[in-house]
Amino acid sequence: MSSVSVGSRSRPGLFWFSSPQTFFPLAGKMTVWFFVIAAVLALVGLYIAFFVAPTDATQGESYRIIFIHVPAAWMSMFLYLVMALWAGIGLVMNTRMSSMMASAIAPTGALMTVLALVTGSLWGRPTWGTYWVWDARLTSELVLLFLYLGFLALQAAIDDPRRADKAGAVLALVGVVNIPIIYFSVQWWNTLHQGSSVSLTRSPSMAATMLTGMLIMALAFWAYSIAAALHRVRSIVLEREKRTEWVRELMAQGGLK
Amino acid sequence: MLSVFLQVIRRDLLLAMRQKSDVVNTLFFFVVVVTMVPLGIGPEPALLRDIAAGVVWVAALLAAILSLPRLFANDYADGTLEQMLLSSEPLSLIVLAKAAAHWLTTGLPLTLMAAAFGVLFDLDVNSTLVLVASLALGTPVLSLIGSIGAALTLGLRGGGVLTSLLVLPLYIPVLIFGAGSVGAASSGVGFTAYFLLLGAFSLFAAVLTPWAVAISLRISVE
Repeated sequence: MSSVSVGSRSRPGLFWFSSPQTFFPLAGKMTVWFFVIAAVLALVGLYIAFFVAPTDATQGESYRIIFIHVPAAWMSMFLYLVMALWAGIGLVMNTRMSSMMASAIAPTGALMTVLALVTGSLWGRPTWGTYWVWDARLTSELVLLFLYLGFLALQAAIDDPRRADKAGAVLALVGVVNIPIIYFSVQWWNTLHQGSSVSLTRSPSMAATMLTGMLIMALAFWAYSIAAALHRVRSIVLEREKRTEWVRELMAQGGLK
Repeated sequence: MLSVFLQVIRRDLLLAMRQKSDVVNTLFFFVVVVTMVPLGIGPEPALLRDIAAGVVWVAALLAAILSLPRLFANDYADGTLEQMLLSSEPLSLIVLAKAAAHWLTTGLPLTLMAAAFGVLFDLDVNSTLVLVASLALGTPVLSLIGSIGAALTLGLRGGGVLTSLLVLPLYIPVLIFGAGSVGAASSGVGFTAYFLLLGAFSLFAAVLTPWAVAISLRISVE
């Protein structure tokens, strides 16, 4: 059954890599590459961030945290969508690999959300004079963290992996439908409640080097997220498929590098 | 189809009547939580008036969350739920009926009870009416979205706490516009937009959640 070796499969179609057995080695190769890409891009990005980009006229040096903050915030939102997409595909097509992918993305997404919140409050202290304001964006980011944690908590509470996959998928999809509603509610609530709202709009013209640095850092975060998710999905595959023939063979060959 | 819908509501209401303590305890919890707040922050009428709507709404969310496990747990334990899954009638319809029955035994009593809090928090008649109306419009969402959480966590250890983790973030829009409507009414901004949105949330939830709950129940019971 699962002892069929990769080479003997007839034609690689759309679902070729939806099997854990074929995806595992590919994920291994991709993990290495994306970690390397992430490291190189991060080095370049951080160099630009700290040595090339000019000091901001109004915020001084403290603005440099945006080179971490903005990419983390982008990734936190984007990863939730990707996670929900994989979870949804797993629910509809019943492909195990997709659901495992969703579970693998969730911790990275939560990490990015935490990173965005922490760097945001560290930036807010010198700039706004406070670590936290009930700004619409901050509040929605916090709610996003709750959604991630809910997904993780639900999957952790269910022992049967198939049920965990499907239940998580429903929750992720319900979350995706709700995110815009929550976002606009919080925004409206914020504009109505806050008399003197702290403006998040920065100086309109951002120096070209700042933008370049930020975009390179964003790409580095992308590469890191891909690498981390693939690395994690490999562990999930091994854990769930540990009783199958191909994993045993791999272990026997010492192929778990 | 309508007869199934009414049958399920009738059955759940009958069960609730037979076991009044569940319903009464939820209400009691609601009252106790709301009472704790003035004791915690002090009795100044102006302050209490400002926070009344928010406190009542948050307490209503908590009370609704607390009552969610009984939505499916008993039916799951005695096998009725499996019969419902096997039924030839659409599961989402049965689920909608169960959510409606849950609202009749939780949301509706909470709404009526809230009128009394107007007095405790020194609200004028107008604000109290707006508060009650906002609860009437918004609490169906609590039962509907809550039923997704209850279905997903069915039979899990620590299901109660987990349900609140899953469901509370999804309650945020209702909380914002529910509590906000009272503030808007008292500040003269007008609460029509808030009520329209609350009604929209309820209808939106009534259309989509039964479907998600049906899927969740099949996942949890299979």
